[in-house]
Amino acid sequence: MNTSTSDARQTASDPCMSGSQALIESFLIEGVDTIFGYPGGAIIPVYDTLYDYRDRLRHILVRHEQGAVHAAQGYARVSGRVGVCLVTSGPGATNTVTGLADALMDSTPLVLVTGQVGSSLLGTDAFQETNFVGITQAVTKWNCQVKRTEDIPGAIAKAFYIARSGRPGPVVVDITKDAQCGMAPFHYDKITAIRSYIPVPDPDPERLDEAARLIDNARHPLVMVGQGVILGNAEKELQAFLEKSGMPVASTLLGLSSVPSDSPQYVGMLGMHGNYGPNILNRDCDLIVAVGMRFDDRVTGSPAHFAENAKVIHLEIDPAEIGKIIPADVPVAGDVRETLPMITERIARRDHSDWIAQFRKCDRVEYDAVIRRAIHPESGHIRMGEAVDTVARAYDNDAVLVTDVGQQQMFAARYFGFRRTRSIVTSGGLGTMGFGLPAAIGAKLGAPERDVVLFAGDGGLQMTIQELATIHQSQVPVKIVLLNNSFLGMVRQWQELFYHSRYSFTHMVNPDFAFIARGNGIGYRCVERREELAEAVAEMKAASGAFLLEVRVESEENVFPMVPAGAPVSEIRFE
Amino acid sequence: MEQEYIITVFSENKVGLLSQITTVFTCRSVNIESLTTSESAIHGIHKFTIVVRTSPERVDQLVRQVEKRVDVLRTFVYTPDEVVQQEIALYKVTRSRNVERLVRDHNVRILEIDPDYIVVEKTGHKAETQALFELLQPYGVQQFVRSGTVAVSKSQRERLNEYLEEFERRYKREKEKHATNTKNS
Repeated sequence: MNTSTSDARQTASDPCMSGSQALIESFLIEGVDTIFGYPGGAIIPVYDTLYDYRDRLRHILVRHEQGAVHAAQGYARVSGRVGVCLVTSGPGATNTVTGLADALMDSTPLVLVTGQVGSSLLGTDAFQETNFVGITQAVTKWNCQVKRTEDIPGAIAKAFYIARSGRPGPVVVDITKDAQCGMAPFHYDKITAIRSYIPVPDPDPERLDEAARLIDNARHPLVMVGQGVILGNAEKELQAFLEKSGMPVASTLLGLSSVPSDSPQYVGMLGMHGNYGPNILNRDCDLIVAVGMRFDDRVTGSPAHFAENAKVIHLEIDPAEIGKIIPADVPVAGDVRETLPMITERIARRDHSDWIAQFRKCDRVEYDAVIRRAIHPESGHIRMGEAVDTVARAYDNDAVLVTDVGQQQMFAARYFGFRRTRSIVTSGGLGTMGFGLPAAIGAKLGAPERDVVLFAGDGGLQMTIQELATIHQSQVPVKIVLLNNSFLGMVRQWQELFYHSRYSFTHMVNPDFAFIARGNGIGYRCVERREELAEAVAEMKAASGAFLLEVRVESEENVFPMVPAGAPVSEIRFE
Repeated sequence: MEQEYIITVFSENKVGLLSQITTVFTCRSVNIESLTTSESAIHGIHKFTIVVRTSPERVDQLVRQVEKRVDVLRTFVYTPDEVVQQEIALYKVTRSRNVERLVRDHNVRILEIDPDYIVVEKTGHKAETQALFELLQPYGVQQFVRSGTVAVSKSQRERLNEYLEEFERRYKREKEKHATNTKNS
């Protein structure tokens, strides 16, 4: 651990303890209160120690290690704290890889501690040995292996610092069994800097002046906010900037809830299934102010045509994201919580209500073309958007929305509505089916005072459905809305639109979810008729414990608007 | 337009870092022409010298991705005219009169002479070591090996030192900030 600048001063008075205890004590110093995990051979010593800490540390026993990581992600996303997971070596470790990849893509701070075979066995293909540091190199922000007991506190301090600082991300600490069992004096110093690591680059004052000049002269500007605003706790700073600049603001999927949905300047979601206005007016923009977002291809469509008539100001904490997809005319490196006020103080107060009115006109076009029939259909089966809208109204747009991946995710993102920040937990970058259920468990534990509603499809729910037993064991009152269309709906939509309706292996013959819910001691109701929907949602909301509401929805509904993959966003279509 | 770049990477000496760095290139389908690594002039800091052919925009992105790795200190990009660079090549050649004449003419160092073969060393740019290889080939090159490029910049400023000084300032500032936060909380 010679690479970090900590002030490790071990003295004779430091208490001597096992590596396992040092790990748990380190967790406590870092403020950990919840661990998501699953025991196994190479991590038994830590679990043995954990037994003595049950009064200070809550351990949630998941049913699969992937679930542990997604749950920790849900916990981290709603609470702003580092999610912590504990699993064993070999298969326990490899089962977490999908979750790590998801957390890296979506900048979620996690610390995953994995057990490893004894150091004398490393490299011998020992039972349940994998080269986990090697495997996770591409899916972590940082990782390390610890083979000596005395190195555990330093490694954990470094792991938490790296996971939460700068652009957050997942970190793996792989600890050999002998390091867990050995004894060493315990001394913990929090890490505040690492020589080779600049978590937050310094903004260049000249760039700030330039940005202010462009903002003052723009006629048709658009602010695009991403999760960076939420991760940077910069909602107030954003609000102040919006108030003074008068600009319309659109959000990426992960940026949702950073601006209240009913804010007068908010013009909707960007991207493939985003709102009509921010997509169709893209080519009319003369300035894009991108705040903590990374121009994902689901947002830009064809990058060559994206904002082709606009200058781009890019406020971003990760220098590698600046200019990666869309060249920035004015790059503003730094933490948006610091850079936004620097720009706000430099700009003139403006009013862009005429320009915002153009977005409102687009809203009306979109409402007539897709929204009305999506959320207020008059005949046929229940629609997904209708179910989302009914749930959202029941919760007065003030629940934490967790989604799985697919059509329900897009319908939920479009129609749920948000009043306060940190109200959406969804897998954006990796698009991980099966993310929703475990993430909802973590979200409820991370924000116990809030209602947590999960929307999942029949495909995604079944990918991690074993976590219903986690809900049962740990009594987590999550409300699950299963939008069941007996299809892998998003793939089916693409097959319909782009593959001549050849529904190759997207139809699902599903189990009886009533038995599955009841088998896990979870309240259940199935609704098929429109007239019963509101009442069924009310029953779910009123339930004191977890509840699975299965909504049988139209089997071949499509999400619109839609920007075909790789097309310019102005080619957004309604059907 | 693709051109040659010499990328120098300064990093902490950490297990697995080589693979972290090369992954940045492989996952973007950029072929590494050569790569060498050794300890730098500063104790504990490693230096990688990587030669690639790519476009100016792409090299910029590659460098940012490399620099993003937590254990990488700094990365610098040079075009060939901005550095002094050398490679070393070893040739094991069957002995003959022609070979000995070539060896004398090309200013190479003789490392070993055996009744059957001769081992020689040539230092220079890739074109020069390659040229000698081609001249020797008709006479029987039994083994040939060439190192990657090593390079030092021509710049007056020692940019890594500037970075390390900047880090010290930043570190002190963070520490003070942390101390104040702890006091307040």
